[in-house]
Amino acid sequence: MKILVCISKTPDTTAKIAFTDNNTKYDANGVQWIINPYDEWYALVRAIELKEADASHAIHLISVGNADAEPILRKALALGGDEAIRVNIDSDDAYVIATQIATVVKDGGYDLILTGKETIDHNGSSLGGMVAEMLDLPYISLATKLEMDGSVAKATREIDGGQELDEVATPVVISAQKGMAEARIPNMRGIMAARTKPLKVVEPAACEALTATVSFEMPPAKAGVKLVAPDQVEELVRLLREEAKIV
Amino acid sequence: MILIYADNINGTIKKSSLEVITYGVAIGKQLGTEAQAIVVGAVNSDLSELGKYGVSTVHQLTGPDTFDAQAFSKLIADKATELDASVVVFSHSLMGKALAARVSVRLKAGLVTGAVALPDTTSGFVVKKSVFSGKAFANIRIQTPVKVISLNPNAYTVAVGEGEANVMATPVSIQPAVKVISNSKSSGDRTLTESEIVVSAGRGMKGPENWGMIEELADVLQAGLACSRPVADAHWRPHHEHVGQTGVAIAPNLYIAIGISGAIQHLAGVNRSKVIVVINKDPEAPFFKAADYGIVGDAFEVVPKLTAALKAGA
Repeated sequence: MKILVCISKTPDTTAKIAFTDNNTKYDANGVQWIINPYDEWYALVRAIELKEADASHAIHLISVGNADAEPILRKALALGGDEAIRVNIDSDDAYVIATQIATVVKDGGYDLILTGKETIDHNGSSLGGMVAEMLDLPYISLATKLEMDGSVAKATREIDGGQELDEVATPVVISAQKGMAEARIPNMRGIMAARTKPLKVVEPAACEALTATVSFEMPPAKAGVKLVAPDQVEELVRLLREEAKIV
Repeated sequence: MILIYADNINGTIKKSSLEVITYGVAIGKQLGTEAQAIVVGAVNSDLSELGKYGVSTVHQLTGPDTFDAQAFSKLIADKATELDASVVVFSHSLMGKALAARVSVRLKAGLVTGAVALPDTTSGFVVKKSVFSGKAFANIRIQTPVKVISLNPNAYTVAVGEGEANVMATPVSIQPAVKVISNSKSSGDRTLTESEIVVSAGRGMKGPENWGMIEELADVLQAGLACSRPVADAHWRPHHEHVGQTGVAIAPNLYIAIGISGAIQHLAGVNRSKVIVVINKDPEAPFFKAADYGIVGDAFEVVPKLTAALKAGA
């Protein structure tokens, strides 16, 4: 089975969020880039586990972005990917990104396309659904478990107030979230091996952006905490009822 | 016209669907056009009542009894094309997320997910959405004639008035590629992201055996239950309760954090909450800086007292 794991580059989870150019651009100055945690901890690690159980699987990685994405692709190779593809276009429009991935999936004959449930910077949650629709494939979103039975994927996904077990024949797109696997750290052997694994750069398919980011803004600052003594919980209840008017 | 997809769970129209209807109707008023709703499957309430929220017509596609994103997307996109919809609106719910992406591709419409406010239509069509896991907002211009938006749960207040919608039922049949084998309910029909009040606890609770008092507080407030990442990682609580940057991002009206220090990754997932109450025995806990109200004290003493005080005043 050919597995394609979609890898997005995001700022480190502790990175300071600030903007430049009159609040139109994210200030990447000094930012440490990481693999989007949902892509790495859940989608990629689950793909690696599947390969550990059946060595005939091949794991390819794809990232859509400029050369800044290569170190994180190398890290993903160090964790256990076999080959990486970088589509050489920088875009913040999900339709453009999905078009690039769908093109690679179509040409590469992939059986299982894994993504994280969303990126921690754009929070779009739209890539998997878009890729699936472009290729008219089924899509299981927000999966917390995934097992393969030949060419059938058995995935547990989150539904309102619970879980649902689904079965679907490949090819299929699945988005992963917490529960599917546990984060790993690449070992030295993996890091050495990753240096010589193929990382192919392909030029993008023609596609026009359907959206554009106009500006960013920060949330309004909090006024400051109002402290209540631990033996005055009635006062807290009064504040919540009369001042905040929420309970 | 504006087409609004109203989610239902086992036949019940969700509160987030009423929010999205109110939102879609307001966009219609802004653009001087009418708003209509679309519902897929059977519902156990009178759909004409959705007129109270401002829609003139409800298109009900009857037949499908299980949700299937691939099949539903085709139905919704076809209806949008038939009605010449200029904006299609979804809730950014579990179902809405999967649908909005697919429908936007079918309509080749620009998509903004997780919207938090009405679009700015003074120059083009610009939608404000939450980004960087709640640490910032982005204003995104949709450049296509047809627009697709998904609205964050709890971001827009339901407005109810008078009115009766015209219900147009059409039978349809679907052939889902995904087969549902089984499902299990763990927390009723309430999703954490849609809870108005969330009670959340962290490592300060010392162990899973101490969650009884947290559950009692949540019960009295009819709140959703959440936890911090270390708690989910230690398997004290199920993963779906983990809120934060790598768990679920929420924006309830009230978030009560008990025994959670407030690491930056946790704050990212909860700082869109309208009011935050922090209970922590460490006065230096960073969470107090992000809180509206706080109690510096031992959760094991404060929480039962708080539950009792809420009960007494109810």
